[in-house]
Amino acid sequence: MALISLSGIDKYYGTYHALRDISLEIEGGEFFSLLGPSGCGKTTLLRTIAGFETPDKGVLTIDGRDMARVSANRRPTNMVFQSYAIFPHLTVAQNVGFGLRRSDLTKAEKAREVGAALEMVGLGGYGARAAHALSGGQRQRVALARALILKPKVLLLDEPLSALDKKMREQMQSELRQLQRQVGITFVLVTHDQEEALIMSDRIAVMFEGEIAQLATPQDLYLRPNSRRVGEFIGMMNLIPGRMDRDGSQMIGDIPGLGRLPIVPDLLTDGQGPGDCTFGIRPESMSLVFNGELPTGKFVDGTVVERAYYGDMTYYEVLLDGGTAPVTCSMKNLVSRPVLDAGARTRLAWEPGALIVFDAA
Amino acid sequence: MRGGGLRIYAVIYLVFLYLPILLLPVFAFNSSTIIAFPLASFTTEWFAELPRVPALRDALWVSLKIAVLTALVSTLLGVCAARAAARYRFAFKGTIMGLIMLPLVLPEIIVAVSLLVVFLQIGLPLGSLTVVLGHVLICTPFCVAILNGAFQSLDISLEEAAIDLGETGWSTFRLIILPLVMPGIISSLLIAFTISMDEFIIAFFLSGSEATLPVYLWGQLRFPQRLPVVMALGTLLVLASVVLLTIAEVARRRGVARRGQQDNGGFL
Ligand SMILES: Nc1ncnc2c1ncn2[C@@H]1O[C@H](COP(=O)(O)OP(=O)(O)OP(=O)(O)O)[C@@H](O)[C@H]1O
Ligand SMILES: [Mg+2]
Repeated sequence: MALISLSGIDKYYGTYHALRDISLEIEGGEFFSLLGPSGCGKTTLLRTIAGFETPDKGVLTIDGRDMARVSANRRPTNMVFQSYAIFPHLTVAQNVGFGLRRSDLTKAEKAREVGAALEMVGLGGYGARAAHALSGGQRQRVALARALILKPKVLLLDEPLSALDKKMREQMQSELRQLQRQVGITFVLVTHDQEEALIMSDRIAVMFEGEIAQLATPQDLYLRPNSRRVGEFIGMMNLIPGRMDRDGSQMIGDIPGLGRLPIVPDLLTDGQGPGDCTFGIRPESMSLVFNGELPTGKFVDGTVVERAYYGDMTYYEVLLDGGTAPVTCSMKNLVSRPVLDAGARTRLAWEPGALIVFDAA
Repeated sequence: MRGGGLRIYAVIYLVFLYLPILLLPVFAFNSSTIIAFPLASFTTEWFAELPRVPALRDALWVSLKIAVLTALVSTLLGVCAARAAARYRFAFKGTIMGLIMLPLVLPEIIVAVSLLVVFLQIGLPLGSLTVVLGHVLICTPFCVAILNGAFQSLDISLEEAAIDLGETGWSTFRLIILPLVMPGIISSLLIAFTISMDEFIIAFFLSGSEATLPVYLWGQLRFPQRLPVVMALGTLLVLASVVLLTIAEVARRRGVARRGQQDNGGFL
């Protein structure tokens, strides 16, 4: 039985339909992410689980209990707010221990719990500090410790890392993931950063305009997006209009520039048949064939239109002979590989199984 | 120098505004009963006389009573209004807030006369209570303006965080909101207290036989030989007002600093 179960959740703000028929289940101990662009309703969904928003329709249960009549302060959830919501007039220890106010622990036991929680987030010895004088990363940790001290069944996190700089964010991503494994609490994370979601989550629900577009593991989401929109939102994807034809039992893709190639049956969803369609292919599924490297699979010739050098990778835009628009392809930079400049002639190879078929635009 | 004209204007304005007030202590310490230059000799006789006047003691007591009550009631009303304005959406919010602030710009004499008519009509005897009612009316806008700043700058997620951690609405108010707006409340109490202490017109119309300090002062002006005592009392009143308002502003600024926020003004 799932720990959190939502079925048919609808939420309106006035006439604005913020959540549309959301149904999903989150398992105990899972690291679950809600991913989507700004304004798609991620926060609204998270706040609905926390009890700060009341859905207009649908049922929410946590641990088998219907939450309809359970107010936010009685739910087995705790939240890390986007602004962290650190109480500025209290010390770090008072902030972290706030949730223990109503428990029957003795003073000494409470102090021990607070110490342990601070230790857990790497802030041991910071207890006496004034909370308003902390850095962004430290506030984030205090908010985390404060929310975890009650040992909730579910920890809800609303873009907890978005206020941190890149280095700090990357460090916190792995720390959060580790922490989640260590405490075994179900984490529900809201983020608009697809990379963050891929790195941290067991499963991801991609949301657009109040609806769940796809719910899958990071790998599935990346390799088999169920729509162009999801494909484009997660990572980079080339979208090339083309045709699909039946050849006996095999489906063949006819792609301008790339030619005719077979489509792996796994990648076709029900109802996709011959006709116009859009092909999706990830930049890393294509590669330039450098002198001396043997092409695997098929290849075609083209010209480099533009390139972007990232240090570890170079992204090339290549116009294939016979193609209409350039395709993007990423190459790992090796010492033995030259970096081509715009105008260079080159040869492009691709993995045969990498084509994803979407409906025509 | 740019803005030179403005600077000169500001200096003249300040001199014009404060010179008469600066004359107050000058004559309060002057031994002659005639209020004119040249000055006679220095004396503290007029200050020493103050505690010996029973009517003045009574007036002081009445004023303090009224000011304390006014400060408490108008701050309480201010807290409710500011909280409602910051957190809730309701019909005609703008109009209602505007009406609360209106006494700020109404001529006091109009307010005083209207209140007098109303109180006489409903048969409420004039006295401290009616003055408190009048003072609450004119002090509440100041309190609302001060408290609005304090309440508006509170992040709503602080309240939600407290509720999320198991607190109820009331305990959240007590544990989180109240401490954070406390400097604003202190500032509001002090300013309402000061306004009420110094207010004359409404007190004059509504105090009946219970004269407040300013009303007593006014009464003393009829006796020329009492003028130096009036000056001494006036000096003390001005001094007390300045001290109280300074404390109020310091409290407000410390509140802003403590919450680590941007200072968005206030009254002073
Ligand atoms: N209290 C509210 N009243 C009216 N509309 C609201 C309210 N809260 C959110 N909305 C609207 O609902 C939609 C979803 O909001 P939500 O905050 O859930 O988005 P989000 O996915 O968290 O976006 P972001 O990434 O920007 O935080 C938005 O269009 C927003 O304007
Ligand atoms: Mg949000």
